[in-house]
Amino acid sequence: MTAQDGPDTREDHRTAHGAGGAARGPSGATSLRTLSRAMALGLLRDRAAVFFMLLFPLMFLVLFGALVKDSGASESEIVQVGDVAVLDELPDERRAELRGVLEVEKTDGSEEALDEALEDVRKGDVDAVVFQRADEVELRFSAADSVRAGTVRSLVDSIVQQANQAATGQPPAHTLAAQQVEDESIKPIQYLTPGLLGWAVAMGAVFGPAFNLVAWRKKRILRRLWLAPVDASSVIGARVGVNVVLALTQLAIFLGVATLPYYGLRLTGDWWLSVPLVLAGTLAFMSLGLLAGAWAKTEEAANGLAQMIVLPMAFLSGAFFPLDGAPQWLRTVSEFLPLTYLNDSMMGVLSRGESWGDVLPVIGGLLLFGAVFTTIAWRVFRWDDA
Amino acid sequence: MTTDAAITVEGLRQRYGDVQAVDGVSFEVSHGEFYGILGPNGAGKTTTLEIVEGLRRPDEGRATLLGKPSWPRDKKLLARIGVQLQASSFFERLTAREQIHTFAELYGISRKRADAMLERVGLTDKADVRQDKLSGGQEQRLSIACALVHDPELVFLDEPTTGLDPQARRNLWDLLRGIQAEGRTVVLTTHYMDEAETLCDRVAVMDHGRILRVGPPAELIGELGAASLEDVFLQLTGREYRE
Repeated sequence: MTAQDGPDTREDHRTAHGAGGAARGPSGATSLRTLSRAMALGLLRDRAAVFFMLLFPLMFLVLFGALVKDSGASESEIVQVGDVAVLDELPDERRAELRGVLEVEKTDGSEEALDEALEDVRKGDVDAVVFQRADEVELRFSAADSVRAGTVRSLVDSIVQQANQAATGQPPAHTLAAQQVEDESIKPIQYLTPGLLGWAVAMGAVFGPAFNLVAWRKKRILRRLWLAPVDASSVIGARVGVNVVLALTQLAIFLGVATLPYYGLRLTGDWWLSVPLVLAGTLAFMSLGLLAGAWAKTEEAANGLAQMIVLPMAFLSGAFFPLDGAPQWLRTVSEFLPLTYLNDSMMGVLSRGESWGDVLPVIGGLLLFGAVFTTIAWRVFRWDDA
Repeated sequence: MTTDAAITVEGLRQRYGDVQAVDGVSFEVSHGEFYGILGPNGAGKTTTLEIVEGLRRPDEGRATLLGKPSWPRDKKLLARIGVQLQASSFFERLTAREQIHTFAELYGISRKRADAMLERVGLTDKADVRQDKLSGGQEQRLSIACALVHDPELVFLDEPTTGLDPQARRNLWDLLRGIQAEGRTVVLTTHYMDEAETLCDRVAVMDHGRILRVGPPAELIGELGAASLEDVFLQLTGREYRE
């Protein structure tokens, strides 16, 4: 084909050797960069993988976040049929206080409107109906949900009492200063964000290396790399690098979405500690992925094994829902899962103001877990099917 | 041991459980020689080649490439040898150009040289095609280009023409002759006797983990009074079915 240009190439070759045979071969950094790029391109071009690792967990956050958004302290809805003096003459200042707590929908005072409103109460569409007969303010509510019934009763009662008190023309003798201590309790988004993020990170870190190892072994890339002047540390480093970038992308996207006003996650002081936590978590879960990839012979087996690791771990670690009400033995199992600690710590730094002192033991534990399982994976590892 | 031998193999033995896959293999390949290893399936060719390349550590014996032992792994030695493995060992979802650039960089070779190699195997117009969309022949040529990108002195090719049509095979033969003409040492395994006959200076016929006969194809044909290398092969290894 090109026998005539042979001598030139040969000459070139000699020169390369003349410059010192030992100088040939790339630095570790070049190999690392090259392999990282090859892996990243391979991953990015696998649309299904990108979907499952980035968009799928995000979909859960977007959907669950929207579903549970209002499930905490929600406002009471009442229908006002006709004129009710205490409500109609409510001072603006008081009206502003009630915003977000009590919503009043006013209809005309006909009998049909009253019947219709009572029907709505029966069906649970609204919490109560209020109307006025002479000086009597009448409230009709359903006892089906005792909490809502109690709330709406006390709200309307307080409005009536205040109106009575105002009618006396005297300043109130006693006042109650009450404030909800909402931020101490865990809002669903504060719980969902670290839980789903932990699950996403675990999924990326287990599936990625597992598939990668099996595919590269099956396609004999591992063999080919063994026969190239490349260190094993470059191959492993490239995989770790790709997973770390993936995990940090997941973190950025999750925090970006969760802190949108619509979802309302508020980050507290040391939230950036989530970065080292996610990194340590990635390394811990990658060790499980490496083990799955080292053990499995086919992609199907790797997939099954990775699912078997990630899904039960996600449920048992409380990534999707709290385990407060779970039986003791389940909570004991949960205490052995790295994801439990990652989730808990992530929630701590993201919204409960935890700091280094709380996070360092968890980071240490995750790294230790990773070290132990990487060692096991190393022992199980075969670079060849045979 | 002669000093000008590119490959010296002495007394290799390898056992897998009950099977003695390689049972005392010794041979030598001179610099610039085109050497073929022939044998039916299960004869021990692949294991022998893997040990010689340095993929495996033999139970006994040693293989020396360019004066250096192939085991334990020696990166300096690996930079001087090129390997084309059976079946295509490519990175997933990369184009032909990205594949060869990746391999080039792993050997510290410039992208320009890699592009020249792609040109040499006639794949410049397929450079942006993903490797899994290439035809069998194109894939083999890319695989050989990746094995040669760092200008190795010693090249191992494991069944490079398996599954190709006659045009693609002839095409590849020209390429392989060109590689040898540049002064490289080439070791080839194949099932095609015509291929071994046209390309190889010497062939070794293996069976049951042993080398039965070594020599230039024409000499073996003459010695055994056979009509072709294929007859030599069948005379030496028998006609019964192999696994």
